[in-house]
Amino acid sequence: MDKTWNNKAWFLVLPVLVLVAFTAVIPLMTVVNYSVQDTFGNNVFTWAGTEWFEELLSSSRFWEAMVRNLIFSFIILAIEVPLGIFIALNMPKKGWGVPMCLVLMSLPLLIPWNVVGTIWQVFGRNDIGLLGYYLNAIGIDYNYVQDPFDAWVTIIVMDVWHWTSLVVLLCYAGLVSIPDAFYQAAKIDGASRWAVFRYIQLPKMQRVLLIAVLLRFMDSFMIYTEPFVVTGGGPGNSTTFLSIDLVKTALGQFDLGPAAAMSLVYFLIILLLSWVFYTVMTNYDAER
Amino acid sequence: MARIDVNHIRHSYLPNPQKDADFALREVHHTFEDGGAYALLGPSGCGKTTLLNIISGLLHPSHGQLLFNGRDVTGLSTQERNIAQVFQFPVIYDTMTVYDNLAFPLRNRGVPEADVDRKVRETLEMIDLASWAKKKARGLTADQKQKISLGRGLVRSDVNAILFDEPLTVIDPHMKWVLRSQLKQLHRRFGYTMVYVTHDQTEALTFADQVVVMYDGGIVQIGTPAELFERPRHTFVGYFIGSPGMNVMPVAIDGKTATLGSQRIELPGAPKAAGGAVELGIRPEYVRLGRDGMAVSISKVEDLGRHKVVRAKLEGRDIAAVIGEDETVPAEPKMRFDPAGINIYADSWRVEMGA
Repeated sequence: MDKTWNNKAWFLVLPVLVLVAFTAVIPLMTVVNYSVQDTFGNNVFTWAGTEWFEELLSSSRFWEAMVRNLIFSFIILAIEVPLGIFIALNMPKKGWGVPMCLVLMSLPLLIPWNVVGTIWQVFGRNDIGLLGYYLNAIGIDYNYVQDPFDAWVTIIVMDVWHWTSLVVLLCYAGLVSIPDAFYQAAKIDGASRWAVFRYIQLPKMQRVLLIAVLLRFMDSFMIYTEPFVVTGGGPGNSTTFLSIDLVKTALGQFDLGPAAAMSLVYFLIILLLSWVFYTVMTNYDAER
Repeated sequence: MARIDVNHIRHSYLPNPQKDADFALREVHHTFEDGGAYALLGPSGCGKTTLLNIISGLLHPSHGQLLFNGRDVTGLSTQERNIAQVFQFPVIYDTMTVYDNLAFPLRNRGVPEADVDRKVRETLEMIDLASWAKKKARGLTADQKQKISLGRGLVRSDVNAILFDEPLTVIDPHMKWVLRSQLKQLHRRFGYTMVYVTHDQTEALTFADQVVVMYDGGIVQIGTPAELFERPRHTFVGYFIGSPGMNVMPVAIDGKTATLGSQRIELPGAPKAAGGAVELGIRPEYVRLGRDGMAVSISKVEDLGRHKVVRAKLEGRDIAAVIGEDETVPAEPKMRFDPAGINIYADSWRVEMGA
């Protein structure tokens, strides 16, 4: 195929490049700069080499936050994906119920993240919160401020409440794209409800599901606002995820060097995982 | 295989149908004989797919009864009726191989695996896909996918009827002929009762022994392709079948002559009881152009390669005529109607001619 080369096209891309340079590339370079230096304020920097990286990778605090983060991501994926599929399968396909369900499903997604955190922070309190008060009233000892298990349950339920809708909407989009003829043919072939799900609905949802899993994994791995508002990383360090740990180091302790090193490692992990997902998805496409 | 009796079936998609216009199927009463190849032909929205879905059980009729071999199946589900249906867009199970696609309906019915294997292999031979058995179904071309849809019906040996809902819509033109002749062959070899819905007259006329022409929720004519062509029972059949369709013009009848404006047309006989709005219908193939007859003016000549279509005006009305590829239109053209091709309609329905 003949391609026409036209260098004027670069002018169209230029504004974006400049914008990205200012918002992403230059800050990132600053972080790289900090990660190999030490500072005690007053804009005085000394060379530290790989010291911060070595310290980070041998610190149990970092690995604990990482493991917590992985467990958290795994749990919310294990709940949100099946639950999202289940809800999408049971949503109406036509009639007045469709717009109603779609609006209801979108509501949690429209609420700002810190507001979601505040809602659940208040909701779960056992003095004035609806949930916390009545759980204690019926004899369940629930206190997310002191009990790590309760704190985890609160954060997971909050995340499920907040983000299952996204999985639902993506799956629903996949489901409504299936022509009626498929269901009719399945009836004629005598397929059971399970066979319809396994051989018609699931294959049609496979691609959107991959996107849903990717988005939910990346997002939960970077989660900051909601647990920060609800538990502040506590009780103790029990809900301190990587991003919360990072902010504690950088802004709480003003350890810019270690925080920069941590940012880079964190960034590389996410880059690596994105690459893995991307490869899996493109391989899946190539197979088709 | 089964004989299918459609007994006074009416269907409406509305909850409380009152008028005739509320019904998608106004009333259909017809028997599809065991082993026959039928085409349901009609324009979009005439109720042909509704009728097909009622036969397959995907829809339940508002009124009437459906019998397979004399047994009432009106209340039975699609599975219990044991029919096969091929849809407009090929339905295949993407993630399965061609083999598994064909085995699917049998496995769902709990057929032992040895029988499944035997039947699937037979069917793969029938639809000519034996060498594709182990391939994933999603990689196939549209016509191969459509064959798999068909195969999933053929694989059940006891299937009562095979229904086709415009199955060739998404198939490339040159493959249409191939598939259609393979269908014909299957029909001849195995004697399935086949009902084929289409709005394409060529498909209907080449596939079916009996063509059922539907119009506005009802059957207007059932006949062989020749009958539909020579003696359309309704002016709609005249328009719809043939290319170009039949010329229809209002006339006054007096004995064995019809009057159109100042022209007098000899009829082969005297029409019996032609009350209401009387029309004369003649196919373009029976319109002759020459040096004697009624004076016409020519508006256009379309050369289609095999023949020419002449568009002319007679008494201010558009008339189409088909002439041979080698014939030329005379300088002062005159038009005659071949009496053998003349049909008389009263209120759109054909009336018989007396002596």
